Amino acid sequence: MAHLGVIISMLVIFGGLAWLLFRSIKGREVERRVIFVFIFVAVAAPILFPITFEEHASPVVKGLFDHIDTLPPGSRVLISFDYDPAMAPEVQPMANAISFHCLDRGHKVVFMSLWATGQTLLFNTLEDVIRPEFPDLIDGVDFISTGYKAGNEGVLNVIVSDFKKMFPTDVNGVPLDSVPIFDEINSCADFDLIVALGGGRPGPKEWVLFVGDPADVPIGVGVAAVVAPQLYPYYPRQIIGMLGGVKGAAEYESELAHRHERFKNMAQPGLKMMGPQTLAHIVIICFIVIGNVAFFRSRRRKGN
Amino acid sequence: MRRTTYIVVAGVVLLFGLSWVLHAVSMSGEADGIERAFMITMAAFLTLAIYSFLYKDNPFYKFAEHLYVGVSAAYWMCQAFWSTIVGNLFPRLSEGLSSYFQQPYQASGWNITYWIPVILGIMLLMRLTEKYGWMSRWPLAMIVGTTAGLNFVRYLRSDFVVQVSSTFMPLLGEDPHRWQGFGAFISNLDLSATGQLAAIVSNWVIFIGVICGIIYFYFSKEHSGAFGRASRLGIWILMITFGASFGYTVMGRISLLVGRITFLFKDWLQIIS
Repeated sequence: MAHLGVIISMLVIFGGLAWLLFRSIKGREVERRVIFVFIFVAVAAPILFPITFEEHASPVVKGLFDHIDTLPPGSRVLISFDYDPAMAPEVQPMANAISFHCLDRGHKVVFMSLWATGQTLLFNTLEDVIRPEFPDLIDGVDFISTGYKAGNEGVLNVIVSDFKKMFPTDVNGVPLDSVPIFDEINSCADFDLIVALGGGRPGPKEWVLFVGDPADVPIGVGVAAVVAPQLYPYYPRQIIGMLGGVKGAAEYESELAHRHERFKNMAQPGLKMMGPQTLAHIVIICFIVIGNVAFFRSRRRKGN
Repeated sequence: MRRTTYIVVAGVVLLFGLSWVLHAVSMSGEADGIERAFMITMAAFLTLAIYSFLYKDNPFYKFAEHLYVGVSAAYWMCQAFWSTIVGNLFPRLSEGLSSYFQQPYQASGWNITYWIPVILGIMLLMRLTEKYGWMSRWPLAMIVGTTAGLNFVRYLRSDFVVQVSSTFMPLLGEDPHRWQGFGAFISNLDLSATGQLAAIVSNWVIFIGVICGIIYFYFSKEHSGAFGRASRLGIWILMITFGASFGYTVMGRISLLVGRITFLFKDWLQIIS
Protein backbone atom coordinates (compact mmCIF):
# COMPACT_ATOMS: atom_id res chain seq x y z
CA MET A 1 0.00 0.00 0.00
CA ALA A 2 2.80 2.39 1.00
CA HIS A 3 4.77 1.56 -2.18
CA LEU A 4 1.67 2.18 -4.30
CA GLY A 5 1.17 5.51 -2.54
CA VAL A 6 4.79 6.49 -3.23
CA ILE A 7 4.49 5.51 -6.93
CA ILE A 8 1.21 7.42 -7.39
CA SER A 9 2.55 10.55 -5.66
CA MET A 10 5.75 10.44 -7.77
CA LEU A 11 3.68 10.12 -10.93
CA VAL A 12 1.50 13.07 -9.89
CA ILE A 13 4.49 15.27 -8.95
CA PHE A 14 6.79 14.52 -11.89
CA GLY A 15 3.93 14.26 -14.40
CA GLY A 16 2.77 17.70 -13.25
CA LEU A 17 6.30 19.10 -13.47
CA ALA A 18 6.71 17.74 -17.03
CA TRP A 19 3.42 19.39 -17.96
CA LEU A 20 4.58 22.70 -16.48
CA LEU A 21 7.91 22.43 -18.36
CA PHE A 22 5.96 21.83 -21.59
CA ARG A 23 3.79 24.91 -20.87
CA SER A 24 6.91 26.99 -20.17
CA ILE A 25 8.50 25.93 -23.47
CA LYS A 26 5.27 27.04 -25.15
CA GLY A 27 5.73 30.44 -23.46
CA ARG A 28 2.99 30.26 -20.83
CA GLU A 29 3.65 31.48 -17.29
CA VAL A 30 3.30 29.33 -14.17
CA GLU A 31 1.10 30.83 -11.46
CA ARG A 32 2.90 31.12 -8.09
CA ARG A 33 0.13 29.19 -6.26
CA VAL A 34 0.87 26.18 -8.48
CA ILE A 35 4.39 26.11 -7.00
CA PHE A 36 2.92 26.09 -3.46
CA VAL A 37 0.64 23.17 -4.35
CA PHE A 38 3.58 21.16 -5.71
CA ILE A 39 5.68 21.87 -2.60
CA PHE A 40 2.78 20.82 -0.38
CA VAL A 41 2.32 17.53 -2.29
CA ALA A 42 6.09 16.90 -2.31
CA VAL A 43 6.21 17.32 1.48
CA ALA A 44 2.91 15.65 2.37
CA ALA A 45 3.33 12.51 0.21
CA PRO A 46 6.50 11.19 1.96
CA ILE A 47 4.87 11.89 5.35
CA LEU A 48 1.81 9.82 4.42
CA PHE A 49 3.84 7.14 2.61
CA PRO A 50 7.25 7.22 4.34
CA ILE A 51 10.35 7.25 2.15
CA THR A 52 13.67 6.90 3.97
CA PHE A 53 17.21 7.32 2.68
CA GLU A 54 20.46 6.00 4.07
CA GLU A 55 22.58 8.75 5.59
CA HIS A 56 26.32 8.77 6.30
CA ALA A 57 27.87 11.16 8.77
CA SER A 58 29.98 13.85 7.12
CA PRO A 59 33.32 14.86 8.76
CA VAL A 60 31.75 17.94 10.35
CA VAL A 61 29.07 15.80 12.06
CA LYS A 62 31.52 13.04 12.91
CA GLY A 63 33.72 15.62 14.66
CA LEU A 64 31.09 16.13 17.37
CA PHE A 65 29.98 12.47 17.41
CA ASP A 66 33.52 11.14 17.85
CA HIS A 67 34.32 13.68 20.54
CA ILE A 68 31.31 12.58 22.64
CA ASP A 69 32.08 8.92 21.89
CA THR A 70 35.73 9.14 22.91
CA LEU A 71 35.32 11.20 26.09
CA PRO A 72 35.84 8.93 29.12
CA PRO A 73 32.63 8.02 31.01
CA GLY A 74 31.90 10.52 33.75
CA SER A 75 33.02 13.49 31.66
CA ARG A 76 31.07 16.70 32.26
CA VAL A 77 28.98 17.92 29.32
CA LEU A 78 26.88 21.09 29.19
CA ILE A 79 23.98 21.17 26.70
CA SER A 80 22.25 24.49 26.11
CA PHE A 81 18.78 24.60 24.55
CA ASP A 82 18.73 28.05 22.93
CA TYR A 83 15.81 27.81 20.53
CA ASP A 84 12.05 28.14 20.26
CA PRO A 85 9.18 26.06 18.83
CA ALA A 86 9.77 27.57 15.37
CA MET A 87 13.21 25.93 15.27
CA ALA A 88 12.13 22.79 17.12
CA PRO A 89 11.35 20.60 14.05
CA GLU A 90 15.04 20.92 13.07
CA VAL A 91 16.82 21.23 16.39
CA GLN A 92 14.77 18.98 18.70
CA PRO A 93 15.88 15.75 16.92
CA MET A 94 19.50 16.84 17.44
CA ALA A 95 18.83 17.67 21.10
CA ASN A 96 17.26 14.27 21.72
CA ALA A 97 19.99 12.32 19.89
CA ILE A 98 22.89 14.19 21.54
CA SER A 99 21.31 13.93 25.01
CA PHE A 100 20.77 10.20 24.51
CA HIS A 101 24.33 9.74 23.25
CA CYS A 102 25.91 11.61 26.20
CA LEU A 103 23.91 9.74 28.85
CA ASP A 104 24.38 6.39 27.10
CA ARG A 105 28.15 6.95 27.23
CA GLY A 106 27.92 7.65 30.98
CA HIS A 107 28.68 11.37 30.87
CA LYS A 108 27.38 13.77 33.52
CA VAL A 109 25.10 16.20 31.70
CA VAL A 110 24.04 19.71 32.72
CA PHE A 111 21.11 21.14 30.76
CA MET A 112 20.38 24.85 30.57
CA SER A 113 18.74 27.44 28.36
CA LEU A 114 19.36 31.04 27.34
CA TRP A 115 15.91 31.22 25.74
CA ALA A 116 12.73 31.23 27.82
CA THR A 117 11.08 29.00 25.23
CA GLY A 118 14.02 26.60 25.37
CA GLN A 119 13.11 25.52 28.89
CA THR A 120 9.84 23.92 27.70
CA LEU A 121 11.64 22.13 24.89
CA LEU A 122 14.28 20.98 27.35
CA PHE A 123 11.45 19.60 29.48
CA ASN A 124 10.22 17.66 26.40
CA THR A 125 13.67 16.06 25.97
CA LEU A 126 13.75 15.12 29.66
CA GLU A 127 10.28 13.56 29.47
CA ASP A 128 10.50 11.95 26.02
CA VAL A 129 14.08 10.64 26.01
CA ILE A 130 15.84 10.74 29.35
CA ARG A 131 13.23 9.50 31.82
CA PRO A 132 11.90 6.61 29.67
CA GLU A 133 15.34 5.51 28.34
CA PHE A 134 17.41 6.06 31.49
CA PRO A 135 15.04 5.43 34.42
CA ASP A 136 17.97 4.52 36.70
CA LEU A 137 19.78 7.82 36.31
CA ILE A 138 19.39 10.22 39.25
CA ASP A 139 18.58 13.90 38.88
CA GLY A 140 21.42 15.88 40.44
CA VAL A 141 23.90 13.01 40.22
CA ASP A 142 23.91 11.91 36.56
CA PHE A 143 22.17 14.89 34.99
CA ILE A 144 20.61 18.17 36.05
CA SER A 145 18.57 20.95 34.53
CA THR A 146 19.37 24.49 35.64
CA GLY A 147 16.60 25.84 33.42
CA TYR A 148 16.39 29.27 31.82
CA LYS A 149 18.20 32.38 32.91
CA ALA A 150 17.51 35.82 31.44
CA GLY A 151 20.42 38.01 30.37
CA ASN A 152 21.55 36.67 26.99
CA GLU A 153 25.28 37.26 26.47
CA GLY A 154 25.46 38.68 30.00
CA VAL A 155 24.73 35.21 31.38
CA LEU A 156 27.57 33.72 29.30
CA ASN A 157 29.89 36.48 30.40
CA VAL A 158 29.30 35.50 34.04
CA ILE A 159 29.18 31.69 33.81
CA VAL A 160 32.44 31.60 31.91
CA SER A 161 34.10 32.42 35.25
CA ASP A 162 31.45 31.55 37.88
CA PHE A 163 28.56 29.22 36.99
CA LYS A 164 26.81 29.25 40.38
CA LYS A 165 26.73 33.03 40.53
CA MET A 166 24.22 33.06 37.68
CA PHE A 167 22.58 29.72 38.49
CA PRO A 168 22.49 29.40 42.30
CA THR A 169 19.80 26.70 42.08
CA ASP A 170 18.58 24.09 39.62
CA VAL A 171 15.21 24.37 37.85
CA ASN A 172 13.43 22.94 40.92
CA GLY A 173 15.03 25.42 43.34
CA VAL A 174 17.61 22.97 44.75
CA PRO A 175 20.88 24.83 45.55
CA LEU A 176 23.67 23.74 43.17
CA ASP A 177 26.11 23.65 46.12
CA SER A 178 24.17 20.64 47.46
CA VAL A 179 24.08 18.51 44.26
CA PRO A 180 26.91 16.01 43.60
CA ILE A 181 27.14 16.72 39.86
CA PHE A 182 28.34 20.25 40.66
CA ASP A 183 31.04 19.16 43.11
CA GLU A 184 33.81 19.82 40.61
CA ILE A 185 32.11 22.40 38.44
CA ASN A 186 32.71 26.06 39.19
CA SER A 187 32.80 27.63 35.77
CA CYS A 188 32.36 26.72 32.11
CA ALA A 189 36.06 25.92 31.93
CA ASP A 190 35.36 22.84 34.07
CA PHE A 191 33.22 21.23 31.36
CA ASP A 192 34.84 18.73 29.00
CA LEU A 193 32.42 19.68 26.24
CA ILE A 194 29.73 22.28 25.64
CA VAL A 195 27.01 21.60 23.09
CA ALA A 196 25.09 24.70 22.01
CA LEU A 197 21.80 24.04 20.23
CA GLY A 198 19.91 26.84 18.53
CA GLY A 199 19.99 29.23 15.63
CA GLY A 200 19.12 32.69 16.92
CA ARG A 201 20.72 35.17 19.27
CA PRO A 202 22.00 34.32 21.82
CA GLY A 203 22.94 30.97 20.36
CA PRO A 204 25.88 28.86 19.20
CA LYS A 205 27.81 31.84 17.84
CA GLU A 206 27.65 33.62 21.21
CA TRP A 207 28.81 30.41 22.93
CA VAL A 208 31.90 30.40 20.70
CA LEU A 209 32.58 34.12 21.24
CA PHE A 210 31.87 34.40 24.98
CA VAL A 211 32.77 30.93 26.30
CA GLY A 212 34.55 28.65 23.80
CA ASP A 213 37.38 30.98 22.80
CA PRO A 214 38.03 32.80 26.11
CA ALA A 215 37.80 29.66 28.31
CA ASP A 216 39.30 27.28 25.72
CA VAL A 217 36.46 24.76 26.09
CA PRO A 218 35.57 22.45 23.17
CA ILE A 219 32.28 23.60 21.66
CA GLY A 220 30.01 21.49 19.45
CA VAL A 221 26.96 23.05 17.86
CA GLY A 222 23.60 21.93 16.49
CA VAL A 223 21.96 24.70 14.51
CA ALA A 224 18.92 25.50 12.41
CA ALA A 225 19.80 25.27 8.72
CA VAL A 226 19.42 29.00 8.10
CA VAL A 227 22.45 29.90 10.23
CA ALA A 228 24.63 26.86 9.40
CA PRO A 229 26.66 28.66 6.67
CA GLN A 230 27.56 31.43 9.15
CA LEU A 231 29.08 28.88 11.53
CA TYR A 232 31.12 26.85 9.02
CA PRO A 233 34.10 29.27 9.26
CA TYR A 234 34.46 28.31 12.96
CA TYR A 235 35.03 24.64 12.07
CA PRO A 236 37.34 22.91 12.96
CA ARG A 237 39.36 25.33 15.07
CA GLN A 238 36.68 27.06 17.15
CA ILE A 239 33.99 24.38 17.03
CA ILE A 240 34.79 20.67 17.03
CA GLY A 241 31.73 19.67 14.99
CA MET A 242 28.41 20.93 13.73
CA LEU A 243 24.98 19.53 12.95
CA GLY A 244 23.45 21.81 10.30
CA GLY A 245 19.68 21.59 10.00
CA VAL A 246 17.70 18.40 9.70
CA LYS A 247 20.38 16.89 7.44
CA GLY A 248 22.88 17.15 10.30
CA ALA A 249 20.36 15.61 12.69
CA ALA A 250 19.72 12.73 10.27
CA GLU A 251 23.47 12.07 9.86
CA TYR A 252 23.94 12.06 13.64
CA GLU A 253 20.99 9.68 14.16
CA SER A 254 22.36 7.39 11.44
CA GLU A 255 25.83 7.28 13.05
CA LEU A 256 24.25 6.72 16.46
CA ALA A 257 22.15 3.83 15.14
CA HIS A 258 25.24 2.26 13.50
CA ARG A 259 27.43 2.49 16.57
CA HIS A 260 24.90 2.18 19.43
CA GLU A 261 22.59 -0.82 19.09
CA ARG A 262 20.13 0.59 21.61
CA PHE A 263 19.33 3.68 19.51
CA LYS A 264 18.16 1.55 16.55
CA ASN A 265 14.79 0.92 18.25
CA MET A 266 14.20 4.55 19.13
CA ALA A 267 12.36 7.25 17.18
CA GLN A 268 14.58 8.84 14.52
CA PRO A 269 12.67 11.98 13.46
CA GLY A 270 15.67 13.48 11.64
CA LEU A 271 15.98 10.49 9.30
CA LYS A 272 12.21 10.47 8.72
CA MET A 273 12.27 14.14 7.74
CA MET A 274 14.85 13.55 5.02
CA GLY A 275 12.21 11.97 2.72
CA PRO A 276 10.07 15.12 2.47
CA GLN A 277 13.25 17.23 2.38
CA THR A 278 14.72 15.36 -0.57
CA LEU A 279 11.53 15.35 -2.60
CA ALA A 280 10.84 19.04 -1.90
CA HIS A 281 14.39 19.96 -2.95
CA ILE A 282 14.02 18.00 -6.21
CA VAL A 283 10.77 19.86 -6.91
CA ILE A 284 12.45 23.22 -6.19
CA ILE A 285 15.37 22.35 -8.51
CA CYS A 286 12.84 21.41 -11.21
CA PHE A 287 11.09 24.75 -10.76
CA ILE A 288 14.44 26.57 -11.07
CA VAL A 289 14.99 24.73 -14.39
CA ILE A 290 11.43 25.56 -15.54
CA GLY A 291 11.94 29.21 -14.53
CA ASN A 292 15.19 29.40 -16.52
CA VAL A 293 13.60 27.77 -19.55
CA ALA A 294 10.79 30.34 -19.41
CA PHE A 295 13.30 33.18 -18.97
CA PHE A 296 15.57 32.23 -21.91
CA ARG A 297 12.55 31.47 -24.05
CA SER A 298 11.06 34.94 -23.43
CA ARG A 299 14.47 36.60 -24.02
CA ARG A 300 14.85 34.82 -27.34
CA ARG A 301 11.37 35.96 -28.37
CA LYS A 302 12.18 39.56 -27.48
CA GLY A 303 15.43 39.25 -29.48
CA ASN A 304 13.50 38.11 -32.52
CA MET B 1 -19.35 42.46 5.44
CA ARG B 2 -20.63 40.63 2.38
CA ARG B 3 -22.94 37.64 2.69
CA THR B 4 -20.27 35.26 1.37
CA THR B 5 -17.89 36.36 4.13
CA TYR B 6 -20.49 35.47 6.77
CA ILE B 7 -21.03 32.08 5.17
CA VAL B 8 -17.26 31.33 5.03
CA VAL B 9 -16.70 32.44 8.65
CA ALA B 10 -19.71 30.37 9.83
CA GLY B 11 -18.41 27.35 7.89
CA VAL B 12 -14.94 27.61 9.39
CA VAL B 13 -16.32 28.06 12.93
CA LEU B 14 -18.61 25.06 12.41
CA LEU B 15 -15.77 22.90 11.00
CA PHE B 16 -13.36 23.61 13.82
CA GLY B 17 -16.14 23.44 16.43
CA LEU B 18 -16.95 19.97 15.14
CA SER B 19 -13.23 19.09 15.25
CA TRP B 20 -13.10 20.19 18.91
CA VAL B 21 -16.14 18.07 19.79
CA LEU B 22 -14.75 14.98 18.00
CA HIS B 23 -11.34 15.34 19.68
CA ALA B 24 -12.97 15.92 23.06
CA VAL B 25 -15.03 12.73 22.62
CA SER B 26 -11.95 10.71 21.64
CA MET B 27 -10.05 12.10 24.68
CA SER B 28 -12.96 11.78 27.12
CA GLY B 29 -11.00 9.31 29.24
CA GLU B 30 -8.22 11.83 29.97
CA ALA B 31 -8.35 14.32 32.83
CA ASP B 32 -7.74 17.41 30.67
CA GLY B 33 -9.25 15.93 27.48
CA ILE B 34 -11.53 18.87 26.63
CA GLU B 35 -8.74 21.39 27.15
CA ARG B 36 -6.25 19.39 25.07
CA ALA B 37 -8.84 18.90 22.33
CA PHE B 38 -9.36 22.67 22.21
CA MET B 39 -5.60 23.33 22.06
CA ILE B 40 -5.07 20.87 19.19
CA THR B 41 -8.03 22.29 17.25
CA MET B 42 -6.89 25.87 17.86
CA ALA B 43 -3.33 25.03 16.79
CA ALA B 44 -4.64 23.40 13.60
CA PHE B 45 -6.86 26.41 12.86
CA LEU B 46 -4.00 28.88 13.41
CA THR B 47 -1.62 26.81 11.25
CA LEU B 48 -4.09 26.73 8.37
CA ALA B 49 -4.97 30.41 8.90
CA ILE B 50 -1.29 31.41 8.56
CA TYR B 51 -0.78 29.24 5.47
CA SER B 52 -3.97 30.66 3.90
CA PHE B 53 -1.90 33.78 3.11
CA LEU B 54 -0.24 31.79 0.33
CA TYR B 55 -3.57 31.94 -1.51
CA LYS B 56 -4.20 35.60 -0.71
CA ASP B 57 -4.52 38.02 2.22
CA ASN B 58 -7.67 37.25 4.23
CA PRO B 59 -9.31 37.91 7.66
CA PHE B 60 -8.25 34.49 9.05
CA TYR B 61 -4.61 35.26 8.32
CA LYS B 62 -4.97 38.74 9.85
CA PHE B 63 -6.54 37.23 12.98
CA ALA B 64 -3.77 34.64 13.38
CA GLU B 65 -1.05 37.22 12.72
CA HIS B 66 -2.39 39.70 15.28
CA LEU B 67 -2.94 36.94 17.83
CA TYR B 68 0.65 35.74 17.34
CA VAL B 69 2.09 39.24 17.81
CA GLY B 70 -0.07 39.91 20.87
CA VAL B 71 0.63 36.58 22.56
CA SER B 72 4.38 36.89 21.83
CA ALA B 73 4.55 40.40 23.34
CA ALA B 74 2.61 39.31 26.44
CA TYR B 75 4.67 36.12 26.81
CA TRP B 76 8.01 37.94 26.66
CA MET B 77 6.80 40.67 29.02
CA CYS B 78 5.77 38.05 31.61
CA GLN B 79 9.03 36.14 31.09
CA ALA B 80 11.08 39.31 31.55
CA PHE B 81 9.22 40.17 34.76
CA TRP B 82 9.41 36.69 36.31
CA SER B 83 12.93 35.80 35.22
CA THR B 84 14.72 39.15 35.46
CA ILE B 85 12.92 41.14 38.15
CA VAL B 86 11.56 38.31 40.29
CA GLY B 87 14.28 35.76 39.50
CA ASN B 88 17.40 37.95 39.45
CA LEU B 89 16.64 41.19 41.29
CA PHE B 90 14.25 40.58 44.23
CA PRO B 91 16.34 37.74 45.77
CA ARG B 92 19.26 40.18 46.02
CA LEU B 93 17.28 43.15 47.32
CA SER B 94 14.72 42.04 49.86
CA GLU B 95 14.00 38.96 51.95
CA GLY B 96 10.32 39.93 52.20
CA LEU B 97 9.87 40.26 48.44
CA SER B 98 11.78 36.99 47.89
CA SER B 99 9.53 35.04 50.24
CA TYR B 100 6.40 36.67 48.73
CA PHE B 101 7.44 35.47 45.26
CA GLN B 102 8.73 32.16 46.69
CA GLN B 103 12.31 32.76 45.56
CA PRO B 104 15.36 31.69 47.64
CA TYR B 105 16.80 34.84 49.24
CA GLN B 106 20.47 35.49 48.40
CA ALA B 107 21.63 37.40 51.44
CA SER B 108 24.45 39.73 50.41
CA GLY B 109 23.84 42.73 52.67
CA TRP B 110 23.28 46.24 51.41
CA ASN B 111 24.81 46.50 47.97
CA ILE B 112 24.38 49.68 45.95
CA THR B 113 25.29 47.94 42.68
CA TYR B 114 21.95 46.11 42.68
CA TRP B 115 20.07 49.44 42.94
CA ILE B 116 21.79 50.93 39.88
CA PRO B 117 19.88 48.71 37.39
CA VAL B 118 16.64 49.42 39.31
CA ILE B 119 17.13 53.17 38.89
CA LEU B 120 18.22 52.79 35.25
CA GLY B 121 15.18 50.57 34.57
CA ILE B 122 12.81 53.18 36.01
CA MET B 123 14.56 55.87 33.95
CA LEU B 124 14.06 53.73 30.84
CA LEU B 125 10.32 53.62 31.53
CA MET B 126 10.26 57.45 31.64
CA ARG B 127 10.12 57.24 27.87
CA LEU B 128 6.39 56.71 28.29
CA THR B 129 5.98 60.28 29.59
CA GLU B 130 6.39 63.32 27.40
CA LYS B 131 7.88 65.54 30.12
CA TYR B 132 10.58 63.18 31.43
CA GLY B 133 11.21 61.18 28.26
CA TRP B 134 14.74 62.60 28.02
CA MET B 135 15.74 60.55 31.08
CA SER B 136 15.45 57.32 29.09
CA ARG B 137 18.47 58.35 26.99
CA TRP B 138 20.89 57.73 29.87
CA PRO B 139 20.10 54.03 30.39
CA LEU B 140 19.85 53.59 26.63
CA ALA B 141 23.34 55.04 26.24
CA MET B 142 24.53 52.69 28.99
CA ILE B 143 23.00 49.66 27.17
CA VAL B 144 24.52 50.63 23.82
CA GLY B 145 27.92 51.39 25.35
CA THR B 146 28.08 48.22 27.43
CA THR B 147 26.98 46.01 24.53
CA ALA B 148 29.49 47.63 22.17
CA GLY B 149 32.28 47.32 24.72
CA LEU B 150 31.54 43.69 25.53
CA ASN B 151 31.11 42.64 21.93
CA PHE B 152 34.09 44.57 20.58
CA VAL B 153 36.65 42.47 22.43
CA ARG B 154 34.89 39.15 21.76
CA TYR B 155 34.30 39.80 18.06
CA LEU B 156 37.80 41.14 17.52
CA ARG B 157 39.26 37.97 19.00
CA SER B 158 36.92 35.29 17.62
CA ASP B 159 35.75 36.81 14.34
CA PHE B 160 38.94 38.57 13.30
CA VAL B 161 42.18 37.42 14.91
CA VAL B 162 41.31 33.69 15.13
CA GLN B 163 39.59 33.74 11.74
CA VAL B 164 42.62 35.31 10.06
CA SER B 165 44.95 32.79 11.67
CA SER B 166 42.58 29.96 10.66
CA THR B 167 43.17 30.77 7.00
CA PHE B 168 46.89 30.04 7.35
CA MET B 169 46.44 26.46 6.21
CA PRO B 170 49.18 23.87 5.61
CA LEU B 171 48.72 23.48 1.85
CA LEU B 172 50.20 19.98 1.69
CA GLY B 173 48.13 18.53 4.51
CA GLU B 174 48.40 18.40 8.29
CA ASP B 175 48.08 15.80 11.05
CA PRO B 176 47.04 13.04 10.69
CA HIS B 177 47.92 13.42 6.98
CA ARG B 178 51.25 15.24 7.17
CA TRP B 179 53.06 15.48 3.82
CA GLN B 180 55.76 12.79 3.58
CA GLY B 181 56.71 13.03 -0.07
CA PHE B 182 55.01 12.37 -3.37
CA GLY B 183 55.70 8.63 -3.28
CA ALA B 184 54.02 8.20 0.11
CA PHE B 185 51.12 10.37 -1.11
CA ILE B 186 50.51 8.15 -4.19
CA SER B 187 50.95 4.85 -2.37
CA ASN B 188 48.53 5.91 0.44
CA LEU B 189 46.08 7.68 -1.88
CA ASP B 190 42.69 7.86 -0.18
CA LEU B 191 39.75 9.36 -2.10
CA SER B 192 37.38 9.53 0.90
CA ALA B 193 36.24 12.83 2.47
CA THR B 194 38.58 12.28 5.40
CA GLY B 195 41.63 11.38 3.28
CA GLN B 196 44.77 13.40 2.56
CA LEU B 197 43.73 14.37 -0.97
CA ALA B 198 40.42 15.85 0.29
CA ALA B 199 42.30 17.74 3.04
CA ILE B 200 44.80 19.19 0.55
CA VAL B 201 42.08 20.21 -1.93
CA SER B 202 40.00 21.72 0.89
CA ASN B 203 42.93 23.78 2.18
CA TRP B 204 43.77 25.04 -1.33
CA VAL B 205 40.12 26.01 -1.92
CA ILE B 206 40.11 28.04 1.34
CA PHE B 207 43.48 29.62 0.52
CA ILE B 208 42.58 30.64 -3.03
CA GLY B 209 38.95 31.45 -2.12
CA VAL B 210 39.91 33.89 0.65
CA ILE B 211 42.51 35.69 -1.49
CA CYS B 212 40.25 35.97 -4.54
CA GLY B 213 37.27 37.00 -2.39
CA ILE B 214 39.32 39.84 -0.87
CA ILE B 215 40.62 40.87 -4.31
CA TYR B 216 37.02 41.28 -5.52
CA PHE B 217 36.46 43.90 -2.78
CA TYR B 218 39.71 45.74 -3.53
CA PHE B 219 38.70 48.73 -5.65
CA SER B 220 41.93 50.79 -5.66
CA LYS B 221 43.25 48.90 -8.68
CA GLU B 222 41.52 48.28 -11.99
CA HIS B 223 40.14 44.73 -12.25
CA SER B 224 41.98 43.71 -15.43
CA GLY B 225 44.56 41.11 -16.43
CA ALA B 226 45.56 38.56 -13.75
CA PHE B 227 44.03 40.79 -11.06
CA GLY B 228 40.74 40.84 -12.97
CA ARG B 229 40.74 37.05 -13.38
CA ALA B 230 41.31 36.61 -9.64
CA SER B 231 38.47 39.05 -9.01
CA ARG B 232 36.17 37.04 -11.31
CA LEU B 233 37.08 33.87 -9.41
CA GLY B 234 36.32 35.79 -6.20
CA ILE B 235 32.80 36.57 -7.36
CA TRP B 236 32.30 32.91 -8.29
CA ILE B 237 33.34 31.95 -4.76
CA LEU B 238 30.85 34.48 -3.36
CA MET B 239 28.06 33.17 -5.62
CA ILE B 240 28.72 29.59 -4.51
CA THR B 241 28.59 30.78 -0.87
CA PHE B 242 25.26 32.52 -1.46
CA GLY B 243 23.98 29.37 -3.20
CA ALA B 244 24.93 27.24 -0.18
CA SER B 245 23.16 29.73 2.10
CA PHE B 246 20.07 29.61 -0.10
CA GLY B 247 20.10 25.80 -0.05
CA TYR B 248 20.33 25.74 3.73
CA THR B 249 17.54 28.34 3.99
CA VAL B 250 15.28 26.22 1.79
CA MET B 251 16.07 23.20 3.98
CA GLY B 252 15.16 25.18 7.10
CA ARG B 253 11.84 26.39 5.67
CA ILE B 254 10.91 22.92 4.39
CA SER B 255 11.66 21.53 7.87
CA LEU B 256 9.14 23.95 9.35
CA LEU B 257 6.57 22.89 6.76
CA VAL B 258 7.28 19.22 7.53
CA GLY B 259 6.76 19.99 11.23
CA ARG B 260 3.40 21.65 10.66
CA ILE B 261 2.11 19.06 8.16
CA THR B 262 3.17 16.26 10.51
CA PHE B 263 1.21 17.99 13.30
CA LEU B 264 -1.88 18.33 11.09
CA PHE B 265 -1.74 14.70 9.93
CA LYS B 266 -0.74 13.17 13.27
CA ASP B 267 -2.33 15.21 16.06
CA TRP B 268 -5.27 16.85 14.32
CA LEU B 269 -6.45 14.50 11.57
CA GLN B 270 -4.88 11.41 13.18
CA ILE B 271 -4.24 9.75 9.81
CA ILE B 272 -0.62 8.81 10.62
CA SER B 273 0.79 7.26 13.77
